[in-house]
Amino acid sequence: MADFDQELDASGLNCPLPILRAKKTLTPMETGQILHIIATDPGSVKDFEAFSRQTGNELMESREEGGKFHFLIKKA
Amino acid sequence: MQEKKLAIIATKGSLDWAYPPFILASTASALGYDTEIFFTFYGLQLLKKNLSLEVTPLGNPGMPMPMNMDKWFPVMLTALPGMQSMMTTMMKKKMADKGVASLEELRELCQEAEVRLIACQMTVDLFDMNPGDFIDGIEYAGAARFFEFAGESDICLYI
Repeated sequence: MADFDQELDASGLNCPLPILRAKKTLTPMETGQILHIIATDPGSVKDFEAFSRQTGNELMESREEGGKFHFLIKKA
Repeated sequence: MQEKKLAIIATKGSLDWAYPPFILASTASALGYDTEIFFTFYGLQLLKKNLSLEVTPLGNPGMPMPMNMDKWFPVMLTALPGMQSMMTTMMKKKMADKGVASLEELRELCQEAEVRLIACQMTVDLFDMNPGDFIDGIEYAGAARFFEFAGESDICLYI
């Protein structure tokens, strides 16, 4: 897994909280910085793809590991 | 890219129906939408400082109930005293167990994200509601005010 600048553990949270928390964490970050998000909501896979397309923040990686979903998002 | 706009009318005052306006509005703001919710009639309950919203199985054959009660429990008995508060307690517990946000939290997130919350002045007068019972930071206005924004919106929802 690539390096990241900040981490957000959204485990146990359901829609739309992982997206809302991610947005909140990304806001003060600088362009080019990378946020690592951990989630357990299976819906978050499609949601982070859609979030990335609509906000322009690049989804660099999306994978499942040990029942958890991991996302790397680069702030635009 | 020009900012998209979402306009929502919230008309329902039950625990279950309180979720869609706040979920959609908070998510839309996270996606960069400029968002407004116009609360009218029973929807005004969603602006109260102390939310005491309930769910009812009455008149709702689609509501899943514990122990498959929706399949065999006589509809008339769902009107018994205490049923509504029992269903509400169970629903709240289920939501907490599943990591669903509380309404207070979603509403706060909406306000932080600068979603504009507008209370229908006519309804406030009609039901003699006390503005002191409502949360701070809301606007009181009428239908024309809603259309000013809704007319320019990309998405307009009636909930």
